[in-house]
Amino acid sequence: MPEVLKAPLAVEFPFTRSLGPVQSAFLTGLRERVVLGVKTVDSRTLVPPVEYDPVTAEELRDLVEVAPTGTVTTWAWNHHPRRGQPLGTPFAWVLVRLDGADTALLHALDAPGQDAVHTGMRVRVRWAEERTGAITDIACFEPYDGEPAQRTGHTGEFEDAVTGIVAAARLDYTYSPGRAQSAYLHALSGRRTVGERCPSCRKVYVPPRGACPTCGVATSEQVEVGPRGTVTTFCIVNIKAKNLDIEVPYVYAHIALDGADLALHARIGGMPYDQVRMGLRVEPVWTEGARFPDHYRPTGEPDAEYDTYKELL
Amino acid sequence: MTKEPVAVVGIGQTKHVAARRDVSIAGLVREAARRALDDAHLAWADIDAVVIGKAPDFFEGVMMPELYLADALGAVGKPMLRVHTAGSVGGSTALVAANLVAARVHRTVLTLAFEKQSESNAMWGLSLPIPFQQPLLAGAGGFFAPHVRAYMRRTGAPDTIGSLVAYKDRRNALKNPYAHLHEADLTLEKVQASPMLWDPIRYSETCPSSDGACAMVLTDRTGAARAPHPPAWVHGGAMRSEPTLFAGKDFVSPQAGKDCAADVYHQAGITDPRREIDAVEMYVPFSWYEPMWLENLGFADEGEGWKLTESGLTELDGGLPVNPSGGVLSTNPIGASGMIRFAEAALQVRGRAGEHQVDGARRALGHAYGGGAQFFAMWLVGAEPPAR
Ligand SMILES: [Zn+2]
Repeated sequence: MPEVLKAPLAVEFPFTRSLGPVQSAFLTGLRERVVLGVKTVDSRTLVPPVEYDPVTAEELRDLVEVAPTGTVTTWAWNHHPRRGQPLGTPFAWVLVRLDGADTALLHALDAPGQDAVHTGMRVRVRWAEERTGAITDIACFEPYDGEPAQRTGHTGEFEDAVTGIVAAARLDYTYSPGRAQSAYLHALSGRRTVGERCPSCRKVYVPPRGACPTCGVATSEQVEVGPRGTVTTFCIVNIKAKNLDIEVPYVYAHIALDGADLALHARIGGMPYDQVRMGLRVEPVWTEGARFPDHYRPTGEPDAEYDTYKELL
Repeated sequence: MTKEPVAVVGIGQTKHVAARRDVSIAGLVREAARRALDDAHLAWADIDAVVIGKAPDFFEGVMMPELYLADALGAVGKPMLRVHTAGSVGGSTALVAANLVAARVHRTVLTLAFEKQSESNAMWGLSLPIPFQQPLLAGAGGFFAPHVRAYMRRTGAPDTIGSLVAYKDRRNALKNPYAHLHEADLTLEKVQASPMLWDPIRYSETCPSSDGACAMVLTDRTGAARAPHPPAWVHGGAMRSEPTLFAGKDFVSPQAGKDCAADVYHQAGITDPRREIDAVEMYVPFSWYEPMWLENLGFADEGEGWKLTESGLTELDGGLPVNPSGGVLSTNPIGASGMIRFAEAALQVRGRAGEHQVDGARRALGHAYGGGAQFFAMWLVGAEPPAR
């Protein structure tokens, strides 16, 4: 049995976020070195601010400035900082109640070691050199032994407010296609297409998933299908997709390989796009080193009768 | 013990647009929820539980909306649930909320679905670069277009049917102030001359990409008796699923869709849907899905759906108006689209659909589907309380 394949998969996207009035003021404030909280219905000051009262659900818009100094309410030491974290050297994750606030803000504390960190210690904001209107405008917190810093009484009105941010998201996985697909891919490297037959309904799945989705039983019996097949249905793609380097127009088809019980999807080439039709008989065209056939081309056989493939659309 | 009858007493939507840059996601959902509460003359404190739905996580990058949105939706101290079923999620979210009332778990439930497509990317979310797999070769409409061609081959429908649906739905949208697309100058000729994107699907036969939210307040008999406006009563609701791909799958008329409709009609005592149902809000992301679903949902015999469309029966003043709101073809915040269908069906039987009201609508069907024809959700609502 060929070995089960594995490969890294990074799922990464720069999501955009519209901020709305409260987050807009908060992040613009950070850009201007002002920390804003919001007053709740019961007169508490929440930092970071929220748009809706956590108790009454009323809309909150009363922004108040708090100090850039505060007290650590709890913490945890981070021995091994990872990509994207606020500091590159070991640091403390801290919850800081800023002077004037009733709730604590999560951030990083730059400290020489865990012995230098304790609950109740005083800290102040270390501002980033370049500020854009983001939580990273606070580079981190640092130990501080002075009085609470003065506040200017800012109300959250700014020129040129930040209204949106880009929130880059990234997830790193190790992806394995599993036993059945690994075997399928291994066979493809020898330009053979091998599916699996369900022991219960006898249907042949290509590519195989290792189980029959209707019977819910494991599949293991290998069945070679194709290489020829029938175009069961298709569309003509006239617009270029961003991530695909294929000249339009081209034909995207469902192809039932001979012996398979469901169609796979592939491009048709080797003939004018407007002459592709349902029932067309096709065969794969390989290019050197490719994992999958580059496209399928007509075999020159007579078209298949509709009744022979109408269940395989 | 019989089920508690479920009434829809509040409905709220945002004005659906391409991009709502003025509000956060919390601000967007809040707007729809507030309008639903106002419609029901209720306050946040009157709500016992909140059930929300949204598009798949990767579309928007919001993984736990139930955490992020609890305060915006007044859910603090109350049960809050999230439902996941791809494009049908708005429908299944409403059904989960309705079941909580029917089972007498809660008396009054706020249910809501949303999506900010301007801050989302569905195409990216559906085409992650999975190792060892061939990338999807066709773009957004390429998944649907081969199924449309299969429908045309199977039924012999003339190739103009899709344009009739698109033109009708866009005309209906002009009567719906919440609809995204208001194309006053659109003509049938323009639809038929619009670019062929994924042959046989033309540009004007595809849905837009929208930002929007939809909310409903569901309650029991006592709540309905206090409601300031006539409620819509739930006469039947069902969900069905099937695998996205399997040998024998019928993409043109999926079995799960047929089974879901049959269950709903059975619950509601409907034997002839074509004559007993007065209005339909069905999930039509590409125009040709109207005739396809007319058959799948039992309004027409197999192969005959396109004839109902061609005859004008599905027009706003026809015998079976389909998508009087303008439908998904005019408004598509994906995560909310299913709930909008359910809510628009309810508006019809409440007599509160405004300019796109179907005269005398007493029973209406709301339909949602998603996930490559994997999930189906439907409800049938009526102006009268259910008999049983
Ligand atoms: Zn099987």
